[in-house]
Amino acid sequence: MLEIRDLHAGVGDKPVLKGLNLRVGPGEVHAIMGPNASGKSTLAHVLAGREGYTVTAGQALYRGKDLLAMSPEDRAREGVFLAFQYPVEIPGVGNAYFLRSAYNAIRKHRGQPELDAADFLKLLKEKAKLVQMTEALLSRPVNEGFSGGEKKRNEMLQMLVLEPTLAVLDETDSGLDIDALRVVAEGVNHLRSPERAVVVITHHQRFLHYVVPDRVHVLYDGRLVKSGGKELALELEEKGYAWVEKEMANVP
Amino acid sequence: MSQETLEAKDHYVGEFERTGRALPAFEALRRQGIERFAALGFPRGREEAWRFTDLTPLTEIPFRPASGTANPAQFAGLAKGPLKACQIAFVDGRYAPAFSSLDLPPGVRISSLAAVFRDDPKRVEPWLARLAAPDGNPFASLNTAFMNDGVFIFLPKGAEFPKPIHLLFLSSLHGEAYMTNPRVLVVAEESARASVVASYLGPAGGGYFTNAVTEVFLGEDAALDFTKVQRESHEAFHFETLQVHQARGANFTHHSISLGARLARNDFTATLDGEGADCTLYGLYEVTGGQHVDHHTTIDHAKPYGTSRELYKGVLDGRARGIFDGKIVVRPAAQKTNAMQTNKNLLLSKDALVNTKPQLEIFANDVKCKHGATIGQLDEAVLFYLRSRGIGLAEARRLLIHAFVSEIVDTVKNDAVRSQIGGCYGLLMGRA
Repeated sequence: MLEIRDLHAGVGDKPVLKGLNLRVGPGEVHAIMGPNASGKSTLAHVLAGREGYTVTAGQALYRGKDLLAMSPEDRAREGVFLAFQYPVEIPGVGNAYFLRSAYNAIRKHRGQPELDAADFLKLLKEKAKLVQMTEALLSRPVNEGFSGGEKKRNEMLQMLVLEPTLAVLDETDSGLDIDALRVVAEGVNHLRSPERAVVVITHHQRFLHYVVPDRVHVLYDGRLVKSGGKELALELEEKGYAWVEKEMANVP
Repeated sequence: MSQETLEAKDHYVGEFERTGRALPAFEALRRQGIERFAALGFPRGREEAWRFTDLTPLTEIPFRPASGTANPAQFAGLAKGPLKACQIAFVDGRYAPAFSSLDLPPGVRISSLAAVFRDDPKRVEPWLARLAAPDGNPFASLNTAFMNDGVFIFLPKGAEFPKPIHLLFLSSLHGEAYMTNPRVLVVAEESARASVVASYLGPAGGGYFTNAVTEVFLGEDAALDFTKVQRESHEAFHFETLQVHQARGANFTHHSISLGARLARNDFTATLDGEGADCTLYGLYEVTGGQHVDHHTTIDHAKPYGTSRELYKGVLDGRARGIFDGKIVVRPAAQKTNAMQTNKNLLLSKDALVNTKPQLEIFANDVKCKHGATIGQLDEAVLFYLRSRGIGLAEARRLLIHAFVSEIVDTVKNDAVRSQIGGCYGLLMGRA
């Protein structure tokens, strides 16, 4: 599904990712954990194709295709989805209208017929129930005046509507109260299927109680330095990132 | 004074001497107009109000008053009133009955000014050139000297006009560089209500000069919704002096939709001359290439409890230039005035330029006045967000531009006008 090989990338001249390797198979959920400034968000943005990030070496293959060569919109149309850590507000663009534009752009790319406003609204309302989004939030401008929790639920709603093959969640759990956290987790679990893969980037282990990963990786100084099963998350929770830092310091 | 400006001025004075005698009625007024114009000449960059608007391209062309020989057939498609409104049309400044359909309730009068000048000039004398006086700005003076047709709308006390009144000013394509001086006079007596749409249209390639003057008198509690849609040829020069006088409780709402012309200049003045008068000015300009659009507004609060709002938004591409200069005057008597002014601009290219300048002159102490201006580009973070959801770059830009202009477009009450404007910015933004 996703294969990242020796990825080096940075912001401007500053290197952030320094040789990252990751393989995610279909049906798998991977968690990437790491301290602040370890490169978590850079990885998410590089995968989504954000300008301002430069890839200096390595590659990322998505279903065998060179992901990094694609435009951001083509990545989305091919089934890649990034849930943003800080979703932007878009005054003047209605949430439902925006989502239908996105949905139909992807349908068109796949050679499927576009949905009209009425049919799409039906679909949207069904999905909105799953993440407890009110109809009022659907008709308001995208994220404008939304609370932090509402913005994150809106990210999950977009994910459920667009039904990506690969979803990357960039600290979607940060800043959420426990109820919102559960709702967001349910959204992710709803998406899980044998054909789909999810990469959960998080700072905290708590989210992984609700979205149980198949693999857990520790990102430190731009590389994945430790990988394991879901128990690795618990170990990190107990010992903290200082433990990883200490281990790394001992590596010659 | 430069030689060119001198010659340009003399050209129009000469045209007046040559053709002025044939113009109908108001001889003394016309004489005052041309004398005033001769004294002022075309404004130059030294004058504060013209600092950002260079008139050299206008003064280089010797426009002559339109001779009225246009073939109206080229506008056949517009004959039956695209807005399903009561319509009065003009081709090259002359009343075109073939494109007009007037079905008026009793007491309401909408007529061509040429007919009034010919048959009953006394009818308009109490109002004509009382606001856009012949001692005013040079363009209004020039119009007063040459005016030969236009519209007179009279709404008697309490009249409610259900359909919009469409004033359609068409400019034709022909060899000569010509000038038209459309004159509009709207008089609404106490509690009369109506909506007016004024469209200025010209075919691509038409290099003409429209010099319009609009005077509006609103009696007590009268309400007028006035929408101007300017889609002149991109080679044309468009000027309008709009002067509004509002009595107690009168309500005036205006939209200035400016899409066409090589150079467009709008001088709008509203005087709130009675307690509790309300004035709202909306503006939307969308320009590209080498287009230049200039809005100068003055809202003069002369009496207490007046409210005014201004929201002007601009989208500029290419090397286009936009100017917004908004003056709010609050006279000593105008206590409890509430005035708000906003100008927002979206630049789509590095070469587009905007000058925005609020001016507040407040002589009363118990008032609320706010103003603000912004100039920005499409937000890269928002564009990326849209693209990351599968929406292509061109469509993402279109969505954001649409969102920016819809704040103005959505306030246009007339459905037909709103969708017409919608179509226009669609065309422009197709290039974005």
